Amino acid sequence: MNGNWIIILISLIPIFTSMKMVFKKNYKNNIKNSLFLSISVIFGIYILLYGVHNIGSDKAGLGLWMYLFALCVMIWEMLSSWSEIDTSLNSKLNFVINLVVPVLFGISLLFLWQVLTVGLKIPHILLPSPLKIGIAFSNSIPMLWEDFQQTFLKAVLSGYFMGCFSGFIIAIMVDRIPFLQKGLLPLGNLISALPIIGIAPIMVMWFGFDWQSKAAVVVIMTFFPMLVNTITGLSVTGQIEKDLLHSYAANYWQNLILLRIPVSLPFVFNALKINSTLALIGAIVAEFFGTPIVGMGFRISAEIGRLNVDIVWATILVAAVSGSMFYALITICERSLTSWHPSIREN
Amino acid sequence: MIRRLRDSSLIPVSVVVAFIILIWYAGAVYLNSPVLIDRYERQKTEWNFEKLRQDAWAMERPILPAPHQILKDMNKSILQRKVTSKRSLVYHGWVTISSTLVGFGIGALLGIVLAVGIVYIPTLNRSVMPWIIASQTIPILAIAPMIIVGLGSIGLTGLFPKSIISAYLCFFPVTIGMVKGLRSPDPIHMDLMKTYCASDSHTFFKLRWPSSTPFLFASLKVSIAISLVGAIVGELPAGAQAGLGARLLTGSYYGQTIQIWSALICASILAAILVFLMIAIEKIVLKKMGGRLV
Repeated sequence: MNGNWIIILISLIPIFTSMKMVFKKNYKNNIKNSLFLSISVIFGIYILLYGVHNIGSDKAGLGLWMYLFALCVMIWEMLSSWSEIDTSLNSKLNFVINLVVPVLFGISLLFLWQVLTVGLKIPHILLPSPLKIGIAFSNSIPMLWEDFQQTFLKAVLSGYFMGCFSGFIIAIMVDRIPFLQKGLLPLGNLISALPIIGIAPIMVMWFGFDWQSKAAVVVIMTFFPMLVNTITGLSVTGQIEKDLLHSYAANYWQNLILLRIPVSLPFVFNALKINSTLALIGAIVAEFFGTPIVGMGFRISAEIGRLNVDIVWATILVAAVSGSMFYALITICERSLTSWHPSIREN
Repeated sequence: MIRRLRDSSLIPVSVVVAFIILIWYAGAVYLNSPVLIDRYERQKTEWNFEKLRQDAWAMERPILPAPHQILKDMNKSILQRKVTSKRSLVYHGWVTISSTLVGFGIGALLGIVLAVGIVYIPTLNRSVMPWIIASQTIPILAIAPMIIVGLGSIGLTGLFPKSIISAYLCFFPVTIGMVKGLRSPDPIHMDLMKTYCASDSHTFFKLRWPSSTPFLFASLKVSIAISLVGAIVGELPAGAQAGLGARLLTGSYYGQTIQIWSALICASILAAILVFLMIAIEKIVLKKMGGRLV
């Protein structure tokens, strides 16, 4: 009985906060008020999670959904209150808020997902709740780590490096011959738009079931974006810079290394970024066509057959996190290597 | 005339294509010969290079089929069979293309709506934008089979689940392009609209929307190509009986390399047609609007 009173009291906290927002004169969006709002939203989230997990076998009642609706409005208010804080004079604050708002948004989405799946009793096969996915993830870390090694460390990384590197080298070679450049650029653009992923069954036939065939798919998928982007990047050098190096009597290699490759770097990084997601997709899809009993694609197709959807989602989590980290790593490299480029200086 | 021919990329492209086909034929001989030589030696038949070459280009289940074999198979399965037949590539292509187009429509619409929201609502800009970029690092294609099976378990089958995957892939380029496009009007023009006392909707329809169309088409071209990829991968799970993806899968199960290649070439031709269609629409629309190509 005692515990229930505490629950009811906590559930009233967001209501008091919203009262304060509505009735207080001169209410302003500053850090103090935003923090206050966020804390009361967190209390509301706690109450809803508590409520939705303690309602037994029935679907949640009307009262809970109305509370959820009100809380969603508050979450929206919280997000806008954070994002309307005046940061024009303080770049550090701006950075923090640019981080805080998306994180809060992500947490709210996870929370909504949890409440809706549990409250509506959505069948586990269709969409497991984040909590279940988390439990499945922590229970099967060794297995997921093996899959990660097989798919990401072996197939994706080796294919990615081979594909990107050969695309880069061949682009530099092609660049010397204008005729080839004219012929390859439209073709490369066309091939980049084609569903190359269909080559996966053929590669599995050629290179066997192990990671080599997946790496081959990744090589082919990453080669053409790299080729096209590097050829374009090498051709954007300004005339003034070329003339300057000419007046220094620079030879071809000096020209290439000191001027043209640095200038093409934004394009190269663009290709590297596109390829980072393509590589992961290529490796996982290729595993659907035949694989040893390890690997992320194998795990997805095997566990879906046994209706262990939470493990599938845990694998997806691994893929998403590793894909994002890979992308973030490339972005960090890009920022340090092409810091002179206007698109980065703007931020 | 000669000068135009020299400046255009027609000759270099055709030379490169011819070179690729040449390598392909050579590769067919090189890759298929170990199997053939093995067979010759078991049957103890005399063989020379000429016989090897002829056999390598006419195997029933080659490791790499020669281009003319693929063309023959495509001719057989596109022109010789009735369109409604389950063995006709036209039928399978139509299945794929219909879900591609539905997904493309949903995705493009969603992308535009999201972009408008992001441009007009600052909260959305700060909270959603990073997640939109993060959403693309999730290998959705890789989990496509799961989405299909999951939706199938609640009775959603056929066209719709495949279109969802296409739509998920499509919306991203459209959103990114449209956010850029809707923000592309010069401050001078925005100020001009202000001096006219234009409402938000006027500014949107008379200034922001028209100036974003080149960006829109640039994204749509990317979108329609990946939409096709999404539809094909959506057909890979064993449940799908029709579509180019299903052809790829059955081909790989039964070792029918020629069937895989002809499905692949067919998909490529479809992709090229869709992109060229988009380019044609872009040219017509921009011409009608009096704009320039970006």
